[in-house]
This record gives sequence, structure tokens and C-alpha cells, in this order.
Amino acid sequence: MPKSTPIAKAEKKSAGSRRRKKRQAARLSSRHLLGLENMPAADIELIIRTAVSFKDVLDRPIKKVPPLRGMTVVNLFYEPSTRTRISFELAEKRLSADVVSFTTSTSSVQKGETLRDTINNIEAMKTDVVVIRHRYPGAAHYLTRCCNSIVINAGDGAHEHPTQGLLDIFTLWEIFGSLEGKTVVIVGDIAHSRVARSNIFGLVTLGAKVRVCGPPTLIPVGIEDLGVEVYYNLDNAIKGVDAINVLRIQRERQSGAVLPSLREYTKLFGLNRSRLAAAGPDVVVMHPGPINRGVEMTPEVADGPQSVILSQVTNGLAVRMAVLYLLCGGETTVAER
Amino acid sequence: MSVLRQKIMDAAAVRRALTRIGHEILERNGGAKDLVIIGIKSRGAPLADRIAAVIEDIEKVKLPVGYLDITFYRDDFQTAFDQPVVQRTEILFDIAGKTVILVDDVLYTGRTIRSALDALIDLGRPHAIQLAVLVDRGHRELPIRADFVGKNVPTAPTEQVDVRLREIDNADSVIIERGKPRKKRKTPKDNAYIDLDL
Repeated sequence: MPKSTPIAKAEKKSAGSRRRKKRQAARLSSRHLLGLENMPAADIELIIRTAVSFKDVLDRPIKKVPPLRGMTVVNLFYEPSTRTRISFELAEKRLSADVVSFTTSTSSVQKGETLRDTINNIEAMKTDVVVIRHRYPGAAHYLTRCCNSIVINAGDGAHEHPTQGLLDIFTLWEIFGSLEGKTVVIVGDIAHSRVARSNIFGLVTLGAKVRVCGPPTLIPVGIEDLGVEVYYNLDNAIKGVDAINVLRIQRERQSGAVLPSLREYTKLFGLNRSRLAAAGPDVVVMHPGPINRGVEMTPEVADGPQSVILSQVTNGLAVRMAVLYLLCGGETTVAER
Repeated sequence: MSVLRQKIMDAAAVRRALTRIGHEILERNGGAKDLVIIGIKSRGAPLADRIAAVIEDIEKVKLPVGYLDITFYRDDFQTAFDQPVVQRTEILFDIAGKTVILVDDVLYTGRTIRSALDALIDLGRPHAIQLAVLVDRGHRELPIRADFVGKNVPTAPTEQVDVRLREIDNADSVIIERGKPRKKRKTPKDNAYIDLDL
């Protein structure tokens, strides 16, 4: 054995600071992902940092890594979806999980089975993670109270769609680096939009300025309490912003006459080339999809150079891989089962 | 419990070991043809840079250097309490058909190297993979051995080998620590974000 050497104080100090850095929390503070409301900035940043690495994996010839090997993920989709369901399924498969997807049209839900019975029966087949989309707000939260699986909310009614909020934030973060002080305007049906709510919660947490813009019938009373500015005129709303997030007009969620006509909506709140030109050449245009072309956005804007709509879709896959990865790791998932 | 620390390599010892490893790599492979150097993050990365610099000094060729993050390939993902922070793999060249010199700081159970082998093979099919480590401390749990070793250090499993490199820690040294207290564990709340009173 070599002789023992005394270690200088300065070196000790640097080792201490390094150890703190090394132990930086590499886990989320919650066991489930239900929404971005009250999610700490550190958790959002951890998901973004992890998503960067998963985006690299997507560019490789072998687009698959093994961390979720042996785990089973159930996708419970009580509402129609293409993008989110395919994105979750691919994310799960690229993490080597076993995947079961469930759509209500071909299941016992048609025979009147309750959500609780459905999940208890599925869980009895030894599954680990449930991804749920449901038309009722709070459905994901309800699941956490009646089953032991890790629950990921893939959209619950008009409440939240956290992975969409995270992928929008990740897309902006890739472009701007930091969201501190950036201004994002969310245009359209704010009242029925879970995407808007998740975006607002996440962006405000990260220090971005958020505006919402739409007809008064589609802006909920008291939305200012979430820390946003309300605009009723699109041209004013997009002045001086860094990004415009255009929402889909969700006619399946609207009851009664909230819009006189789609033509009037398009005239007043549709994003077209001349409005975008007035906003500036560096303004980023986003849309969570599916687009009603020619209603909330003209095709030339949707396919134009300022649109990041397709990179949002790619980023969605990376973000969902990051969320699954971060929620599934660690011994609590084994111990609590 | 008191903590005992012992320095087993200083900056000069680290430099000499890396220089010797550089020579051994060239000798074993008959030159630098088709060699690439890949360091395992975090501390294998600067070591890979330094070995490449040694080889450049001797042979006057610049070898491609990449950095590998093995987090996704760990076998303790579902049991380890603290997940390591995911870092980026930065390998901007094709490893197919190349002889890869895999570099890490400490060789211990061999599980990191097993993960790294899986990660590398997902990137392409190298002609061969050779392993270079600064310290081999024994206690292997898998049939893995190093091709190039800076220093063999007999240790007890309770001891910790702490490699410090100037690129990350502002100093070059290898230290053995004994009697380190175990860290406390914190479990995540079942649901930290929503506090509903139902």
C-alpha cells in the first residue's frame, strides 16, 4: 500500500461541492404525472434535460434502449386520439416496455363496465404503468386512488394534458434556451382546452409571460388568476411575442352557441400570413394538432418556415420517453407494488 | 464513524499511467490505424481525451474521440434508489469496423462496462472493443477484465475509490476512503402536485 498523504484543504472543499453536484436530484418529486399545476420548476427541467438524451436515441439506427424491460404499460384511451396514443406507444416500445393499448369502442366499456372495474381487472394481470385519456377531468387522479400502478395523464377532459404542455415547453426551450422572460400567446378556445391549462401552468412556473387570446365566450372568467394577460384582439395579442401557440377549435367539447360561425372566428382569430408578418419574422408558430386547416390557421402558416408543428411531434416522443423513464426508475416502484 | 482517506495516485502518477496506457494501446494494435477512443461519462471522458493526446504525441495522428452515457443501459434501473442524471452520448463517427478503446476511471463490479458494451453495440458493430481503466480495484461480479490498467489497487468492498480529474474536479488524484457513512434516503411523495381534499 502506498504511503498516506495528507490532503490539502482546498481539494477537500472542491470534492465537497462536486459531491453535491453529483447527488443532484435525478428523480421527480411525484410518483405519477397528473398535471403541470404545482409541478416544481426543477421537475420540468429534469424532464427537459432527460428528453434531450432521448431525442439523440431517436436519430440512431437502433432506436431502442432497454430501461423499461420487463415492465408492462397499459394505454387506456377513452377518447379518440392518434398523435398522443401513437406517441405514447412508440415511447413505451422504444424503452423496451411491453405495451397493451385499449380503446373503448372495442372493449367491455361498451357493456357498461366502470373505470374502476376496468382498471382493477387490468391491474390483476400484473401491469405497472397506466396511461389514461378520459373525457372527465380528474379521471387520472381518480385512478391513483383505486390502483397501485404509476398513472400518467394523457388528457383528462378540459383539465390538463401534461405531456403536451411539456413537449411545447421542450420545443420552446430548444429554440430559446431559457423561457425566463419570453412571451408566449395561446390563441383560441381557452375554455375547453386542457393544452392551454397545462401550458399556462408550466410556462408561468418557468418564468415566461403568458397571454391568452380568443373570443370572450371561449375565455373563462377569472383566468387572470393563473398569471396570464387576456386579449380579445389577435393583432394586439401577437405584437411583441416570441411564440404563438394556436389551439384547435374543439367543437366536440363546446355545448351551445359559443361561436356565431367558423367563418367569423377565422376572420377574427385565424392566423394567416399577413398577421404573422406583422408579428415578426422570428416568431415561432406552434399547434398541438390536429389542425383545422383554414380555420384557426391557414395552410401557408402551418407549413411555413416559422412553423415548428412537426418538431413538436418529434419532441413529444422524446418527452414521453423521458417521463416514462423518470417515473419508472427507482426502488419505490418495486417496493410499493 | 471516522473517515480515513488515503491518496494512492497524484497528478504525476496519473500522467505516467496514461502515457504508458497510450504506448500499450499502440503496441497491442500495431499502430493507430482504425482506432477510436470512447470515454464513459463522466470521468472516462477527460481520460479518453488525454489518452488521445498521448497517442497524438507519439504517432502524430488525431484519433476520433467520443463520449458514451450508459444510463439507459444500467441493470439497476428498477432497483437503484438514486437515478443518475442522464447525460448525452456524443459519438459523432461510425464505430462499425473500428477498434474501440473504451475508457473509464475505475473498474469495480464490471456492471458499468457491461452496460457500455450494450450501448456501443447499439451504435454499430465494432471490429473489437478493448478496455482501458485508470484504476482496477477488483471485486468483479461479471466475467470482464481490462486490457490496459493504470494501477491495480487491492480494496475492500466497504472502501470507496474516488478519482479526481482536473477537467471536472480541478485536481488530479486517486483517493481511497474508508468508513463513509451511508446517505439518507428520501422517498417521493405519492402525489406531490395535487393536494385535493376529497
